[in-house]
Amino acid sequence: MNCSPIWAIAITAATLAANREGSDLNFVAAIGRLFLLFCAEVGRIAIFMKDALIVGLTPRYYWGQILTQFFRIGYTSLPVVALTAFFTGGALALQIYTGSSAATAGQLVPSIVAIGITRELGPVLAGLMVAGRVGASIAAELGTMKVTEQTDALVTLSTNPLKYLVGPRILAAVISMPLLVAIGDAIGIMGGYVVSTRSLELNGFSYIKTTADKLHFFDDISSGLIKAAVFGFIIALMGCYHGFNSKGGAQGVGRATTNAVVFSAIMILASNFVLTSLLFGKH
Amino acid sequence: MAPHIELKEVRKSFGAKHVLNGLSLSVEKGKSLVVIGGSGTGKSVMLKCILGILQPDSGDIKIAGENVVGLRGEARDQFLRRFGMLFQGGALFDSLSVWENVAFGLTQGRRTPKAQAREIAMEKLGLVGLSADVGKLYPAELSGGMQKRVGLARAIAADPEIIFFDEPTTGLDPIMADVINNLIVDCVKRLGATTISITHDMASARKIADQIAMIYKGEIIWAGDARMIDRSGNAYVDQFILGRADGPIKMDVLKG
Repeated sequence: MNCSPIWAIAITAATLAANREGSDLNFVAAIGRLFLLFCAEVGRIAIFMKDALIVGLTPRYYWGQILTQFFRIGYTSLPVVALTAFFTGGALALQIYTGSSAATAGQLVPSIVAIGITRELGPVLAGLMVAGRVGASIAAELGTMKVTEQTDALVTLSTNPLKYLVGPRILAAVISMPLLVAIGDAIGIMGGYVVSTRSLELNGFSYIKTTADKLHFFDDISSGLIKAAVFGFIIALMGCYHGFNSKGGAQGVGRATTNAVVFSAIMILASNFVLTSLLFGKH
Repeated sequence: MAPHIELKEVRKSFGAKHVLNGLSLSVEKGKSLVVIGGSGTGKSVMLKCILGILQPDSGDIKIAGENVVGLRGEARDQFLRRFGMLFQGGALFDSLSVWENVAFGLTQGRRTPKAQAREIAMEKLGLVGLSADVGKLYPAELSGGMQKRVGLARAIAADPEIIFFDEPTTGLDPIMADVINNLIVDCVKRLGATTISITHDMASARKIADQIAMIYKGEIIWAGDARMIDRSGNAYVDQFILGRADGPIKMDVLKG
């Protein structure tokens, strides 16, 4: 598993801890402690994921909850994802134009915008934006339910919190992220088109034709949608995990919210690298 | 007759902190046991162990003679349907209206049709002295005493055979506390349920208890008939019910 960002953070934290205590041995001890904490956390997340999959995603299904979450996770994220995609497509077009000559710009700008958006920027940026919006709100909501004993109350009312709360959120996120990214892809390409035709004065008809020629459904679009589904799973899982494990009152819920966003963001970037190397790496 | 609820030598630790140290108690069917004890003595952990929200490290927990530790799947669902619980803070679902809260165990847990569940919810709200209009409100719009009463209505909605009350009167004014006590006594009589309440409110304990047990450092140090509480001959119990700072129970308070 690729976890270099986590290591970078761990080593920085260990250095800071060691500097404060001022000894070489403490530095090693601090790294050891962080390593143990890291392993324990990975183990707990793995166990939670197993329970979420086995209990949360098997019948019975709470359709009302699934639809509600689909609306809250998918539909209400639409404006954020659309704006992100539009401006990213536009900025990408400007950058590629400055890097290409007048003769090649007509070909390069549309093809790199289309491939860049569908393969990488669309899913990753949508994933990060949704992690900030939805991951945080899931963690805060479930965290508050946990500290006010509402999750325990569910148990005493013969309702499994994994089935009633976690399952619907994971399902809704895994289904809605690819849909969001598909819409984002179209808007991102449109952003590139608007900038290219209005301010770069490229030919609109040939822009669309080049995009259609260069874009392949499996290589470009569906690979991005597969990534999106994985990112959706990560966002919902991390939001639920950190929410369920929040302790103490308001401060605990605040920490859970921060952790949910940070963990999702790092895991999205790391898994994006793994998925890219699996989907596009040398076979 | 075998006790309805029986705990034997139950132990539970969180890391190095031993919360339950071989706790044993039993309750007869249809009786009301009140467990008294200070904060942090393991009262809530005990209830959560019986419900299986926490797994005890060792010991037996039996309901009507059947061992219930480590139940899973359908067996656990069946087991939980026999329980109702009133939580300390109410623990009402704030995204649902009052009547949906009360009906939750029926509609979600037992798949009762919605119209029928609503009728039962309104009836139970009536039992705790709330009008049908309250049913349409949301928990955030209610006062603390009303939230407790809705929590009580939710706990008894499915006519459970065992009910737990977690500090039912904490945070209420004395009059509302007595209203809740009366409701608990009424509801329990009507249902014939076996109950365990945990509290540190002695007025409440005297009113609702058939039996009283005192928990200290994760063990039951005294248990007996509620009428015997003033003649327990136990220095810990006397200190607690009289509310004295001096006595065998030492609080970890730094003296200035």
